[in-house]
Amino acid sequence: MSDSENNSAFNYAATVNCMDQRPAQQRQIEGQSPLQHADLATLAKAQLGQTGSIQLTELKLLGHIILRGNLDNPGFSAGVKLTLGLALPGTLQMVSDADISIRWVSPDEWLVVVPGERSYEIEQALVNNLQGHCAVVNVSGGQTILRLEGEDVQKLLQKSVPLDVHPLSFPIGKVVTTVFAKTQAVISRTGDQQWELVIRRSFSDYVWLWLQDCSAEFKLVITE
Amino acid sequence: MAQQNRLIEGGRIARDSVINFSYNGKTYPGFVGDTLASAMLANGIDVIGRSFKYSRPRGIVAAGAEEPNAIMQLGATEATQVPNVRATQQELFAGLVCQATNGWPNVEFDMMSSLGSVGASVMPPGFYYKTFMYPKSMWNTYEKFIRKAAGLGRSPLEADPDRYDHYNQHADVVIVGAGPAGLSAALQAGRSGARVIIADEQAEFGGALLHSKESVNGMPAMAWVASVVAELATLDNVIMLPKSTVNGYHDHNFLTIHQRCTDHIADRAEANVSRQRMHRVRTKWVVLASGSHERPLVYGNNDVPGCMLADAVSTYINRYAVVPGKQLVLMTTNDGGYQAAFDWHEAGREVVAILDTRSYKGDQTSAVINRARELGIKVLTGSAVVEVQGSKRVSAVSISSLNSQGDKLVGDVTQLSCDTVASSGGWSPAIHLSCHTGSRPVWSDEVIGFIPGDTVQKQLIAGAIGGAFDLQTALAQGTKAGAQAASNAGFDIDLDAAAPTAESVAETAPMALFHIPHPKETSRAPKQFVDLQNDVTAAGIELATREGFESIEHVKRYTALGFGTDQGKLGNINGMAIAAKSMNKTIPETGTTIFRPNYTPVTFGAIAGRNCGELFDPKRFSAMHQWHLDNGALFEDVGNWKRPWYFPQPGESMQQSLERECLAVRDSAGVLDASTLGKIDIQGPDAREFLGRVYTNAWAKLAVGKCRYGLMCGEDGMVFDDGVTACLADNHFVMTTTTGGAARVLEWLEIYQQTEWPELQVYFNTVTDHWSTITVTGPNARKIVDEVVDDIDLSNEAFKYMDWKAATVMGVPARIFRISFTGELSYEINVQANYGMRIWEAVMDKGAAFNLTPYGTETMHILRAEKGFIIAGQDTDGSVHPYDLGMGWAVSQKKPFSFIGKRGMAREDCVKEDRKQLVGLMTVDPKKVIPEGSQAVDDPKQAIPMTMLGHVTSSYYSACLGHSIAMAYIRNGHKRMGETVFYPQADGSAIEATICSPIFLDPKGERQNV
Amino acid sequence: MFYIYCPHCEEHREEEEFHAAGEAHIPRPLDPESCSDKEWGEYMFFRTNPRGIHHELWVHAVGCRKFFNMTRNTQSYEILEVYKIGEKPSITSAAAKLQAQSKVQEGV
Repeated sequence: MSDSENNSAFNYAATVNCMDQRPAQQRQIEGQSPLQHADLATLAKAQLGQTGSIQLTELKLLGHIILRGNLDNPGFSAGVKLTLGLALPGTLQMVSDADISIRWVSPDEWLVVVPGERSYEIEQALVNNLQGHCAVVNVSGGQTILRLEGEDVQKLLQKSVPLDVHPLSFPIGKVVTTVFAKTQAVISRTGDQQWELVIRRSFSDYVWLWLQDCSAEFKLVITE
Repeated sequence: MAQQNRLIEGGRIARDSVINFSYNGKTYPGFVGDTLASAMLANGIDVIGRSFKYSRPRGIVAAGAEEPNAIMQLGATEATQVPNVRATQQELFAGLVCQATNGWPNVEFDMMSSLGSVGASVMPPGFYYKTFMYPKSMWNTYEKFIRKAAGLGRSPLEADPDRYDHYNQHADVVIVGAGPAGLSAALQAGRSGARVIIADEQAEFGGALLHSKESVNGMPAMAWVASVVAELATLDNVIMLPKSTVNGYHDHNFLTIHQRCTDHIADRAEANVSRQRMHRVRTKWVVLASGSHERPLVYGNNDVPGCMLADAVSTYINRYAVVPGKQLVLMTTNDGGYQAAFDWHEAGREVVAILDTRSYKGDQTSAVINRARELGIKVLTGSAVVEVQGSKRVSAVSISSLNSQGDKLVGDVTQLSCDTVASSGGWSPAIHLSCHTGSRPVWSDEVIGFIPGDTVQKQLIAGAIGGAFDLQTALAQGTKAGAQAASNAGFDIDLDAAAPTAESVAETAPMALFHIPHPKETSRAPKQFVDLQNDVTAAGIELATREGFESIEHVKRYTALGFGTDQGKLGNINGMAIAAKSMNKTIPETGTTIFRPNYTPVTFGAIAGRNCGELFDPKRFSAMHQWHLDNGALFEDVGNWKRPWYFPQPGESMQQSLERECLAVRDSAGVLDASTLGKIDIQGPDAREFLGRVYTNAWAKLAVGKCRYGLMCGEDGMVFDDGVTACLADNHFVMTTTTGGAARVLEWLEIYQQTEWPELQVYFNTVTDHWSTITVTGPNARKIVDEVVDDIDLSNEAFKYMDWKAATVMGVPARIFRISFTGELSYEINVQANYGMRIWEAVMDKGAAFNLTPYGTETMHILRAEKGFIIAGQDTDGSVHPYDLGMGWAVSQKKPFSFIGKRGMAREDCVKEDRKQLVGLMTVDPKKVIPEGSQAVDDPKQAIPMTMLGHVTSSYYSACLGHSIAMAYIRNGHKRMGETVFYPQADGSAIEATICSPIFLDPKGERQNV
Repeated sequence: MFYIYCPHCEEHREEEEFHAAGEAHIPRPLDPESCSDKEWGEYMFFRTNPRGIHHELWVHAVGCRKFFNMTRNTQSYEILEVYKIGEKPSITSAAAKLQAQSKVQEGV
């Protein structure tokens, strides 16, 4: 057991390595989303103006930050509120404002999604504002978000995830981590017919293939 | 004559829609609304197959899922072949093509039949059991013969072009069966607002009402059905699934429903439409209203085409307007059976006689007897058919009087001419789904059948499944069960809602009779079939009991009763009754019969769903995958990852590619995509302590900026993973794992943190996908990396082996680890994966001047083997500890905490002298590569079985050394350096090799330290 | 296919999201070095595998990644309770036997 046990308010920032992982802006180096090879932008242009029963948009190159901490540690929960302006959501809840969203992942884990260009600024602020035992982990390179919208999205999800996506069981604002086809996703309902899937980079091509296949009987439109 | 058995009116068929189908190459007409079976009967097709064992002609017996004979091969093209389709369940569509499954070379002329008793003598009862017992060597011979003879159907030789998918559903109440009980239940549950799914295997809802002449709520039964379906259709909370068989009832109210979406429309589904869909349903409550199957009676030659179930006869007449013959003899043990004779008579054909097996006292009579007599039909009470004459069609029956118990014939046997024999031995509740849950069924003397027993599932039953065979009771039970299920699921509903009403008729008690006695003893009488699909006879069952198979489960395995796709729907109860009688036991004493999923066969397509082709298994790709594709990489599967295996250049063999890649690394530089290695971010005040507990070596003093290699063991002391962990800050580490072990290691860390040491403050997060890792290795690695690094000093003094540094690579922030898996000077560049491709391309660009060569996993394996570095999972197999590997240097016995594996590797067996130990091998012939897995022996000339010393785990030709090298386990190998062992091969040769250190190249490790 | 209530996510989820991790309540000996080979072997390899009430360790692997305990009837597959690590089961085979005995005594 460590010395810090009696000191839940030790200076977190001093104990970890937080690094800006994005190239300096003047270098004008653009990142590549996990679905770079699918070239969704060209598909979206080709389908411009079309409406489908399922619209797919990649919310790409955002900042994804995993937050770990104990809600009993005020140096953690207060630090998050102070930094993000949002309180940590409770079990299976997602909160968001214009720029930032927080998804509950587990009793001691949340996923914070922020604009890509602010990811280091916010990660650093979190590191500096948190006290005691917690963890701030940048996972921006490891995942991407797909937004699905339309009348047939619920049916698509029924083909893909085992849990109940009926509005009675899955209201707006709920988030779950679950099985998605043969991989997994963090799934949230962000509107009556709008959903977001957070998926892992290495599985993103599989998910992309799966979504196209699942939508074959519907009309899938890619939008930007 | 086309459709000679079709009545000119009636039935639920569309007479204005004539459609043609093909059976065994010949075209026949039918109507929309027909099943394949009803259309075949309409066209007078008597023989639809040959039997499994005896190759006897067989005809259609039933009208539903219980049909044992009419098992067809469907499909107009090779790719759309579907075996084992019941003609009674297949809706007719225009252009349907089918063939008889059983029958070789064809159903009309059958070679096996002409061989007389050959089939029978080859396959006596007990064949299945005895074949598997001995002699094993004969099975191949038997199997070929059986498969051909049995005609089990065939799978298509081409890929199925249709789509099949899965659909997850959640419900409050699932109702199985849409007969009178199921529909009444659905009405109640649906009205409550509960989420309801009602599924039925038939094309239309209605169940038995589809061919019934009864009334409900004062209207014809099907009018009532239509009104219920119309109301359910208005309820958003109700999903109606016709053509959907609930095939499995699994744990915690999970049901699998097999929906045939387009099988009734055409040979192929339209593009993008699923042909079949598997609904995977989780529900709070289940109402089983699956009905019952009529039970045939067992009598001599009861398999001759023309022998049918009584209710099937009614179904064909009333629902399809098909009379399957001209002269009917009906035999029944119950009042319900009479209906077939009434329907036959009404259709204008001759009812030769009704044989009621029950004895009536004096001039005692009943409503059905009176009605028959009013219609002028001869009723013989206390009588039965003992034997049928005819081969491809019934021509006559022998009948006799019975005693009142039904176990002895009384008086003379006489003959009646007829072409159809319908029999009804009562009804067996369809308890299959209830059995799937593990519930043991219970025998009921009143029902004369098994009914569902106790269950832990949240399940109710209604109607015939529980023995409520009369319509009024079924409606009442359904109404109650539907309301109760909804209420149990939390919905507010009147539990005493009025049920629909039907007329109730007083009935004479049915007779418990299964097997009609014959003047000869069973073993000498003509064959009396119990299970038509598996050719199990009454004599076969009696033989089984004489041979000592007393439990019904043993009788089943001995005779094959209830096997195959049939699952004993018609035969099980009769078989049990015969077994019980021959052992002087009651049926429940003989045992209960249970059923496993699936209720009826399910296509592989529906089971696979969309998990096929490209979507069969996820493929994981690194951020640089497109580059690998563009540059001709061949790929190796590592877990789900697709990793470059090697990069062949035009005209190169695999060996040539590997040699080129290896030499490039040793001579100049190579580059590897190492992104797939598992990476775990570890933070917390106790991170360091935790590492010390899960790794075998010491971590207390690892300084910030340093990396260390570690071995991870199980509590048994056996190595299961390894990797390098770097100290990023005081409380912050990043651990690498093997590519395949990443998920397992993370779960391993979590289980110890959460369950054993929750007091240790540490968090683990996977960052595998977040980082791209580009390994540049070789004597020129520094020069190349120097070209791409913007800001740090790479000199050996400033950046030592086993250090890591933050740096900027072509403008992108990176962490560079100076660690090596090749033994060469190496830098592992880690950048956020969004920039991985860009940096990889930059490295390739700058490296071109140094012949920087991309290499894959196979080359990596050779390079590390030259250095004797292990690969966990290839050179370890869960039975070796670090000392076996010669890696005692990676174990710290001095750590205060007893790390995972320490106690395990100290067990008596782990510290003994003669364990198998990892060593190197040099073959005597430098070109000879020992196949991996080969076993070492001291003397290749010794007698078989030889004393084996251990196996080869890794073996390659090393271009760098100009010599074949291998890593291998040898008993007590560490003390046998320099000795010779032999590796005998399948061709009789033996490869000779010398035991050596596994570090073949640069034993002092100087190359990586430059 | 079990339907499992995750005590951390506070709702039922399909079995596909979980991994079973063996029998629960088998603590690692605090001082492994003082264990005999036999004792260590029992800790590592020997499990009760009862017919009936069983306490198991599960992890919500594709979900919150948290471990928890489950009391399950290995005959009926009924899940009788789930409870967090560090908590004790409220349903045990001993308690069930006691209850059955008292019922017999009371003549229920």
